[in-house]
Amino acid sequence: MPNLPVHVDFEAFVNDKGKRVSNDLTAELQDRVRHAADASLPLRLEGNGTKSGLGRAVDGEILSLSGHSGILNYQPKELVVTARCGTPLCEIEAALAEQGQMLPFEPPHFADASDEGRSTLGATLGGTIACGLSGPARPYAGSARDLVLGTRVLTGRAEVLRFGGEVMKNVAGYDISRLMTGAFGTLGVLLDISVKVLPIPTTGRTLVQTCSPAEAIARMTGWAAKPLPISATCFDGEQLWVRLSGNHGGVSAAAERIGDEAVDDGEALAFWREQIREQRHPFFAGDAPLWRLSVPPTVAPLPLPGAQLIEWGGAQRWLRSDAEAEVIRSAVSAVGGHATLFRGGDRRSEVFHPLPAGLMTLHREMKRAFDPNGILNPGRLYATL
Amino acid sequence: MSLIQPTRIDFEDPELSATRAELVRELRAFLPSDAVLEQQEQVQPYECDGLSAYRQLPLLVVLPRTVEEVQRILRLCHTRDVPVVARGAGTGLSGGALPRGDGVLLSLARFTRILDLDPVARTARVEPGVRNLAISEAAAPHGLYYAPDPSSQIACTIGGNVAENSGGVHCLKYGLTVHNVLAVKLVTIEGELIELGSGGLDAPGYDLLALFIGSEGMLGVTVEVTVKLLPVPERAQAILAAYDDVEKAGQAVGDIIAAGIIPAGLEMMDGPAIQAAEDFVHAGYPTDAAAILICEIDGTSQEVSEEVMRVRDLLLVSGATEVRTSRDDAERLMFWKGRKAAFPAVGRISPDYYCMDGTIPRRALPEVLRRTAEMSREYGLRVANVFHAGDGNMHPLILFDANKPGELERTEELGGRILELCVEVGGTITGEHGVGIEKINQMCVQFSPEELGQFHAVKAAFDPKGLLNPGKGVPTPRRCSEYRQLPDHTHRHPH
Ligand SMILES: Cc1cc2nc3c(=O)[nH]c(=O)nc-3n(C[C@H](O)[C@H](O)[C@H](O)COP(=O)(O)OP(=O)(O)OC[C@H]3O[C@@H](n4cnc5c(N)ncnc54)[C@H](O)[C@@H]3O)c2cc1C
Ligand SMILES: Cc1cc2nc3c(=O)[nH]c(=O)nc-3n(C[C@H](O)[C@H](O)[C@H](O)COP(=O)(O)OP(=O)(O)OC[C@H]3O[C@@H](n4cnc5c(N)ncnc54)[C@H](O)[C@@H]3O)c2cc1C
Repeated sequence: MPNLPVHVDFEAFVNDKGKRVSNDLTAELQDRVRHAADASLPLRLEGNGTKSGLGRAVDGEILSLSGHSGILNYQPKELVVTARCGTPLCEIEAALAEQGQMLPFEPPHFADASDEGRSTLGATLGGTIACGLSGPARPYAGSARDLVLGTRVLTGRAEVLRFGGEVMKNVAGYDISRLMTGAFGTLGVLLDISVKVLPIPTTGRTLVQTCSPAEAIARMTGWAAKPLPISATCFDGEQLWVRLSGNHGGVSAAAERIGDEAVDDGEALAFWREQIREQRHPFFAGDAPLWRLSVPPTVAPLPLPGAQLIEWGGAQRWLRSDAEAEVIRSAVSAVGGHATLFRGGDRRSEVFHPLPAGLMTLHREMKRAFDPNGILNPGRLYATL
Repeated sequence: MSLIQPTRIDFEDPELSATRAELVRELRAFLPSDAVLEQQEQVQPYECDGLSAYRQLPLLVVLPRTVEEVQRILRLCHTRDVPVVARGAGTGLSGGALPRGDGVLLSLARFTRILDLDPVARTARVEPGVRNLAISEAAAPHGLYYAPDPSSQIACTIGGNVAENSGGVHCLKYGLTVHNVLAVKLVTIEGELIELGSGGLDAPGYDLLALFIGSEGMLGVTVEVTVKLLPVPERAQAILAAYDDVEKAGQAVGDIIAAGIIPAGLEMMDGPAIQAAEDFVHAGYPTDAAAILICEIDGTSQEVSEEVMRVRDLLLVSGATEVRTSRDDAERLMFWKGRKAAFPAVGRISPDYYCMDGTIPRRALPEVLRRTAEMSREYGLRVANVFHAGDGNMHPLILFDANKPGELERTEELGGRILELCVEVGGTITGEHGVGIEKINQMCVQFSPEELGQFHAVKAAFDPKGLLNPGKGVPTPRRCSEYRQLPDHTHRHPH
C-alpha cells in the first residue's frame, strides 16, 4: 500500500479539453456580488449551465462560476476531496479513479454530448451540489448532502465564509454546508466544496428480472430488509434491474440468493450510467413533462396517467405525464411524498412541491439570513425566495 | 471556579421567586400538577448534564406528555420572554442541557412511546424521549436496528441524539444521526409545529432537516423523530491488534482506509485507557501494549471472510506485535466490552475526568497524539486516549481532581489547548458531543466574527428573541473579543 501521500499534479491535469489551469476567482466574485447587493440587482448563478432546465426560470445578470476551478486538496487516505465550484465533475471523477476511489452518490452530469460550447465540459461540482442531485446509488451510499463535509461560500452580503471542513465528523456550529446543498444557489455561491469519497468496490454485478411494477416494488423492499450488498435498483417499465457491489465473495453469494440473469459488464455500465443516471433511456426521450416523485419506498404503483420508471428501491419514481400539476401533487402528497416538475412543462409556475405556510415562512427567514437583498437566483427555487 | 460557566443565579433570588410563582400558576392552568416542579429538591436532579463540572438550578422544570402541552409551554415562555432549555436524558458531555437560573427546563422524559415501526419500509417513528437502544431493541425481532450507537445508548434519548448529531463506534460505515434520520417534527419557540423531511428520501425546499440536526436545542424542540432502520448484518467479526508504539497504530488506521476497506468500526485505545479498561471489565486486553486497535468488519459471511484476512495481513505488516481475530460473537463482544466501558473505567482510576471531542484528519493522528502527550506532561495532568480512530474523532480524557484547588481550571485550559491543536491541524473542536457551554470559547478560534454572525442570523430566523438554549453553541461577539484578549492564547483563524 502507498504510505506516502499520493502526488497528483492537479495544475497539469489533463481532460478531454486539454490542459486546465487552476483558477481562484474569489476576489472577483466577491466584488460582483458586493456590487449587485449594493444595487439590489439580481444575479443568475451559472456553473456550466447544464442544469439550467432544472428549477424555475430566473431573470438576472449571469454570474459565471465555471472559471473558479481546480482541485484544491485530495488525500485518498482521508477519503475527502476539496475542489473549487467550477471544477468539472469529470475532472474530479478522473482524479479519484486514478486512486481507486469515487463519488459515492454517483451524481448525474446531464451534459449533452451533442451540445456545442460550454456544456461539453459537463456539470460542475458547484452546480451538482447546488442542485443536490444524486444518482442510482443514492439509497444505498447516501445523497449529495450526506457526503458534503464542508464548504466555503459567498453569501448575498458578499461575505466569504467557511463552514464544516475536511473531517468526517464535525458538529461545531450549524450545518450550513448541508443547508446549501440543494438550495439551487439561492442562499449563497458555493466557492469551494469538500466531499467524502469512497473506494470503488472491487466487484460489481447486475441482474435482470422480468416482473410487474407491483412485484418490482415488493422485491426491492424485500431485498433492502436483508443484508445484501445492493448498490442500485431500477424498474424500467418491463424489467427489474439490480446492481450488486462489494468484494468478490459477497457479490457472488448475494447474486446466488437473488437469482436470475446477470448482464455483461459493458451493458450494465451503459444501463446505470448512460440510461439511468444521465437519463438517456428511451423513457426520458420526448417532450412530455418529466416529473420526479419522491415517495416512501413501499408505496404501491401510483395510479397516475403516463409512464413511470421506478428507482432507489421504490423511493424515486419518474413520471412522464401531461396531467395537471394539481392532480399529480395531491396523489403524491396523499402517500407522504412530494413531486417536482423536473423537466419541461411550465417553468414559470412552481416546479417544486408547495410548502405548508409555517415552513414557507421559515424558508423566507432563512433566505433573508443569507441574502437580505434577494440577489442570488431569486425565484429559482420558489417564486417568493 | 470554572473559566467558562456563567455566574450562577441564586434559586432563592426574590425577583426570580416571584417570576417562578407566576409562571407556575399559568403552567398549572393547563398542565397536571405532577408536570411542574418548583421546589429546590425537585429541580436539583436537573442542575447538570454529563458535564457535571457546571451546575445551575433551573427556575423550574416542566414535564409535558403531549405535543400540545409543549406548544402551550413554549408559547407562554415566548410571550413572557422566559428562556427555555430542552433536556433528554442529560447524558450530554458539553453542558448543552445546563439549565438557566432564569429559565424553564423542558424535559422530554415522558415522551417515551414508539409510535410506529414499519419493518417493510424500515422506519420507526418515535417520540423524542425514547432511548437510543430501545429503538434497536424494538426493531430486533424484524432483523433490523438503528445504526448510530453512542456509548451512552442505554440512556441517551433520540431527541438528544438529533440535537447533538450523535455518532457511535459504527458511524465510520453507517454515518451519524444526520444520515439516519428521515424526518423530525419540531415545535418553534412561538409554539408552531413544523415537519421537516418526508416519508421519502428527501423533501422539497431547503434541507432544514440537516440544519436542524446538531443544532443543540437552539432552533426548536423536537417532538417526534422518524429514523431509518438497517438490516442486522449477517455476520460481524472483530480484530484486535496490539502495538508497542502509539504512532504505529495511528499509521495502521490510514493503511486500512488506503487499502479500500471501510470497517464497520475502527477504534483505538492507548496504554492508560487499556489498563483502566482491563482492570474494570477484564476483557483480556494486552496491558503491556502502548496502543490497541479494534477493527470490526461486517456484512455477508463471504464478504467478512475476505476482508478480515486482508485487514489481518495489513495489521501484521503495519508492525502490530499481536493480532487476534474473534472466533465467535462472545469473543467479539469481549473485544468491545473494554472499549464501551472505557469512560467509566477511567472514572474509577481518577476522582474526575474531562472528555474532549476534537476531530482531526487521520494523517495528523500521530502528531496530535505526540503533542497531546507533551502537553499532558507540561500541565502535570494524565491523559488517556480512547477514540474513533477511523474517522479521526479523538476523545482525550484528562484525569483530574476537582477538589484540588486550581485543577479544574488547569484541566479546562489543557482541554482548550488540545482543541486548538485540532483546529491547527485542519480539524474541528467537536466531532459529536457538541459545543454546548463547554467549547463556546474555542468557537472563537474555529470561526471568524462574520461566520459567527451568520450562525446568529440562522438562529434569529428560527428564534428571533433568542430564548431557546441561550448562551450555548454560538458565542456572542463580545465573548469572543474578551477571550481573544486573554493572555497565553494564540488565536489562529483558518483565514
Ligand atoms: C432543459 C434542459 C434539459 C436538460 N436535460 C438533460 C438531459 O436530459 N440529459 C442530460 O444529460 N443533460 C441534460 N441537460 C444538461 C444539464 O442540465 C447539466 O449538464 C449539469 O449536470 C449542471 O451542472 P452545471 O455546472 O452546468 O450547473 P448549472 O446548470 O450551471 O447550475 C445548476 C444550478 O446550480 C446553481 N449553481 C451553479 N453553480 C453554483 C455555485 N457554485 N454555487 C451556488 N449555486 C450554483 C445555478 O444557479 C443553478 O441553479 C439539460 C439541460 C437543459 C437546459
Ligand atoms: C458515558 C458516555 C458516553 C458517550 N458516548 C457518546 C458517543 O459515543 N457518541 C456521541 O455522539 N455522544 C456520546 N455521549 C454524549 C451524549 O450521550 C450524547 O450527546 C446524547 O445524544 C445526548 O442525549 P441526551 O438525551 O442525554 O441529551 P441531553 O444531554 O439531555 O441534551 C443534549 C442536548 O440536546 C438538547 N435536547 C435534548 N432533547 C431535545 C429535544 N427533544 N429537542 C431539542 N433539544 C433537545 C439539549 O438542550 C442539549 O443541548 C456520551 C455520553 C456519556 C455520558
